[in-house]
Amino acid sequence: MVAIITNTDEVLASAEQGTSLWSDAWVRLRRNHLALAGLGILIFLAIVSLLTPWIAPYGYEAQNLALGATPPSWQHWFGTDIFGRDLLTRVMYGGRMSLMVGFVATGVALVIGVLWGTVAGYAGGRVDAVMMRLVDILYALPFMIFIILLMVVFGRSILLLFLAIGAVEWLTMARIVRGQVQNLRRQEFIEAAYSLGLSRWRIVRKHLIPNTLGPVIVYTTLTIPSVMLLEAFLSFLGLGVQPPESSWGLLINNGVETMEEYPWLLIFPGLALSITLFSLNFLGDGLRDALDPRTSKD
Amino acid sequence: MLKFFFTRLLQAIPVLLVVITVTFFLVRLAPGGPFDAEKAVPPEVLKALEANYRLDLPVWQQYTSYVGDLVTGDFGPSFRYPGRSVNELIMAGLPASAELGLYALLVALVIGTLAGIIASLRPNTAQDYIPMSTAMIGICMPSFLLGPLLVLVFGIWLDWLPISGWGDMPGDKILPSITMGAGYAAYIARLSRGGMLEVLSQDYIRTARAKGLPERVIIFKHALRGGLIPVIAFLGPAFAGLLSGSFVVETIFQIPGLGRFFVQAAFNRDYTMIMGTTVFFAFLIVLFNLLSDVIAVWINPRLRHQAQGGH
Amino acid sequence: MGLKQPGLAKLAIVGVLFTLLLSACGGGESNVEAGNRDKILHFGNGTEPQELDPHIVTGIPEHNIIHALLEGLVGKDPQTLEPIPAVAKSWQISEDGKTYTFQLRENARWSNGDPLAAEDFVWSWWRALQPALGNQYAYMLFPVVNAEAYANGDITDFSQVGIKAIDKHTLQVTLNNPTPYFLQLLDHYSAFPVHRATIEKFGAADERGSRWTRPGNYVGNGPFVLDTWKLNKIITVRKNPHYWGADKVRLNGIDFHPIENVSTEERMFRAGQLHITGTIPIDKIALYQEKHPQLLQVVPYLGTYYYRLNVRTPHLKDQRVRRALNLAIDRQSLVDNITKGGELPASSFTPPDTMGYTATSDLRFDPEEARRLMAEAGYPNGEGFPVTEVLYNTSEGHQKIAVAIQQMWNKHLNVNIRLNNQDWKVFLSSVNMGQYSISRAGWIGDYVDPNTFLDMWVTDGGNNQTGWSNARYDDIILRLAPAAPSQEARHELMREAEAILLTELPVIPLYIYTSKSLIQPSVHGVYGNLMDHIHYPAVWLDEGTE
Repeated sequence: MVAIITNTDEVLASAEQGTSLWSDAWVRLRRNHLALAGLGILIFLAIVSLLTPWIAPYGYEAQNLALGATPPSWQHWFGTDIFGRDLLTRVMYGGRMSLMVGFVATGVALVIGVLWGTVAGYAGGRVDAVMMRLVDILYALPFMIFIILLMVVFGRSILLLFLAIGAVEWLTMARIVRGQVQNLRRQEFIEAAYSLGLSRWRIVRKHLIPNTLGPVIVYTTLTIPSVMLLEAFLSFLGLGVQPPESSWGLLINNGVETMEEYPWLLIFPGLALSITLFSLNFLGDGLRDALDPRTSKD
Repeated sequence: MLKFFFTRLLQAIPVLLVVITVTFFLVRLAPGGPFDAEKAVPPEVLKALEANYRLDLPVWQQYTSYVGDLVTGDFGPSFRYPGRSVNELIMAGLPASAELGLYALLVALVIGTLAGIIASLRPNTAQDYIPMSTAMIGICMPSFLLGPLLVLVFGIWLDWLPISGWGDMPGDKILPSITMGAGYAAYIARLSRGGMLEVLSQDYIRTARAKGLPERVIIFKHALRGGLIPVIAFLGPAFAGLLSGSFVVETIFQIPGLGRFFVQAAFNRDYTMIMGTTVFFAFLIVLFNLLSDVIAVWINPRLRHQAQGGH
Repeated sequence: MGLKQPGLAKLAIVGVLFTLLLSACGGGESNVEAGNRDKILHFGNGTEPQELDPHIVTGIPEHNIIHALLEGLVGKDPQTLEPIPAVAKSWQISEDGKTYTFQLRENARWSNGDPLAAEDFVWSWWRALQPALGNQYAYMLFPVVNAEAYANGDITDFSQVGIKAIDKHTLQVTLNNPTPYFLQLLDHYSAFPVHRATIEKFGAADERGSRWTRPGNYVGNGPFVLDTWKLNKIITVRKNPHYWGADKVRLNGIDFHPIENVSTEERMFRAGQLHITGTIPIDKIALYQEKHPQLLQVVPYLGTYYYRLNVRTPHLKDQRVRRALNLAIDRQSLVDNITKGGELPASSFTPPDTMGYTATSDLRFDPEEARRLMAEAGYPNGEGFPVTEVLYNTSEGHQKIAVAIQQMWNKHLNVNIRLNNQDWKVFLSSVNMGQYSISRAGWIGDYVDPNTFLDMWVTDGGNNQTGWSNARYDDIILRLAPAAPSQEARHELMREAEAILLTELPVIPLYIYTSKSLIQPSVHGVYGNLMDHIHYPAVWLDEGTE
């Protein structure tokens, strides 16, 4: 996205957006404190995740069966789980997995969905019909059987997990983008670009995609947390993470079972996920506002 | 418009056919047969069972006879429930699931669009943050967490509402509807806020404002149309998903819906039931994606042009 | 198109109305209160039953319902599990233990008033053995002369099968071998009678899933009749006035609730919607033990949780490795900290004191000896031991156990264990095709006798997926034990067989199951027993509590 926008063509830049949109956007983003805070938190989480193997207080698989589940204490800030494993350590390790799955799988969905939706919405007619009916078909195929087969044929791997999640998550993205593009296509500035004799691909790349960014960013920020939870479901089915490793989704899943007895097992991973989600949303909103080609005129 | 509608209806036929064919063979590729059990089934019994359900025929023959039955509206007998046909099972689960889906959709639409619109009017103020943060709870709390939590708080600690059932006691539909609607509400709130912001900064809204039209008219009459387009694109598959039930919500609240069949059929390798639920769901997807596209066209005059142009 | 605005307003109004309508709720009477008053037992019954045809079904929820609707020749005492008269009021066993003669009650009737005669049993067993019916429990009747041959289609003349109606109320059954547990088999639903006229009215005798099992059609001979059946919602049965012991049945009916989610089931129990649950979430056990011990019933169950070792795997072929793996498991810690449901650490494969039989064994926790055996097998301190996979079917409980054992083996033997979970059917297919190294397994006895735990390990037995085979073992189980002159001699032989199994360890028994349920104080006559079997005529509710 960055490349597309910084590359803005001179003629069109003056036609509907300010020069050097990206640096303008950065200026605007910096004014938005919440978005910055969101960005800061995400960077912090990413750094913690990267450093986890060196800074985690305990081993993620080190059990102490006799200790069992204990509430937060000085030795174990987040408490311990039923195996007597340190929850803080497990949340840190879980974050590595969840953040990676969240961002990579969403990225896959994002790329496919945006391209697919744009092409379908822009081309219209038969191409659109075929492409969108394909989306309908993929929606309808039984997901569980698909997952089971994936596992049987390829065995367990993280790559497969991305593939499986990407395969479902791009569909709605494509529908949203397509609706948006169809809507934009008839607008004046696109018609103007047409009359200026620009190639189709150029129009799509430089005008349609940037102008659908709003809903795309919003939907992306929603997709990341739901992907993290989907990962938990797939891992439970055996596709993704295997114990003793973990992820936030799995920790939450397990925490729900014992939320009355050992609430901390739910609260801490839940908080980690929620903080990520809120940061993402604030950052997403900030980005959306900052990148909106029209806000510069205000 | 009518032509657009009927063209799309015609397109449903190849879609369904592809779904049926692909699913038919996928299901048979998955390891484990419908009659495998913890205690090994004696080979003689297994043979009798397979003959009973025509599984001893060559696969292509199974396929043609299945599609043949399907054309007459017969989904075949369930493997898991020997006395039941798939049609019967789907009809048994549909009313509860459809009702729950409708309520959940209402919850989601009312909360979601209201929160989204309110937030979009004063972006980046408290009027934005408070409704949006509330809506986001729906995403932080997936139904497998929200459901038990609501039950504990309102059903057990406060003892205000029934904790399970569907239509057995007054008020037992509230918690499941909220649980199921919450996640969708969050999506709708976020998408409508984004869509509204997009639209509110466009020229025709500025023109309307410059003309001095009342804000209420601008928002509801002009802005909402464009602003809800992303929501409408999302609603097609969402509605199909809602109507076909939710395994999680239905098992948490003991609701006799379709969602349980969807999941169990796959786990049980109940071939005919998997086919039945998949075809049914495919039909819903096609239908609601069509409806959502029709609505998108209908509320957006520019697109109507295009649809009538028929290309 | 000014429709949009009123549309949204309407939506909002509908939304508000909907909320108001639904919130108009009052605290109604709970199931338990109403049930205590009306003598209706509310029963948490796991999943929706597949069917209610006793010759088709296989599961526990089906068992629970069918036992309310039908009754066999002989029942089980709910406390001791000893045979008690049911349709048969008495019986004689011949000197050689091979011929059983049953005297049926003259007042035994079907729920439509038809008399129940010896001929009904002959016809029902004929039906149970029909190959086309696909009865997975047909083998429960195989001790009867020629029953197996008939079911497999080797003979077609049913009169050669060892069941005969001597007269209207006398039934004679001939067995291949003296089978000490035969009377127990008669309380299994595959040996239950079914009403011929009803079945033939709705289809062929060997037709799977005809409509005869629907409410209104079902004709049974048990203490209750089928009243309603709502899929995934409820099955209700009401008192059968034609039951021979109707005056002793104290319940007016039972409502079976199919509840898959165990947490939901526990919450429903807490909210007074259930009298009795099928199980209890593991993490809730400690809480109930502490705060409401009177509501919790935990009793040993006739089942063993174990790990299967595939002896075709090169490094598991070595007996020393298998024994080392066994010795490195701290079963006490496993049941205390992980399963937490009062399970018994396994000391043998057959649960101890199964009808007087206890195996001699030495399954202890001894990491030192384990390490020594590993070194002897060529893996000192785990060096060179290949990464070994433990396969289990997707479930939280199995996962917890696998995680704990993974850690124990890693800690004590320094071996690298990988966990792998598969969807149930994929898991079954992997195990059946021998595509695993170590897999989780559980076995629930069909009847209370060591035979149901030991006959599965014979060479190429349908349930022996380990590839293990031992000639002496086969000889004892297939030839010597069935022909043993006395119960003591038979047990002695079984003990020898089990000792072979526990020395060679193609399986590592982990713990003996318990059945766990929550029971309201108003419920009486539900006694915990090894089979988790409830004798409904003995159950009653009082109005005093709750």
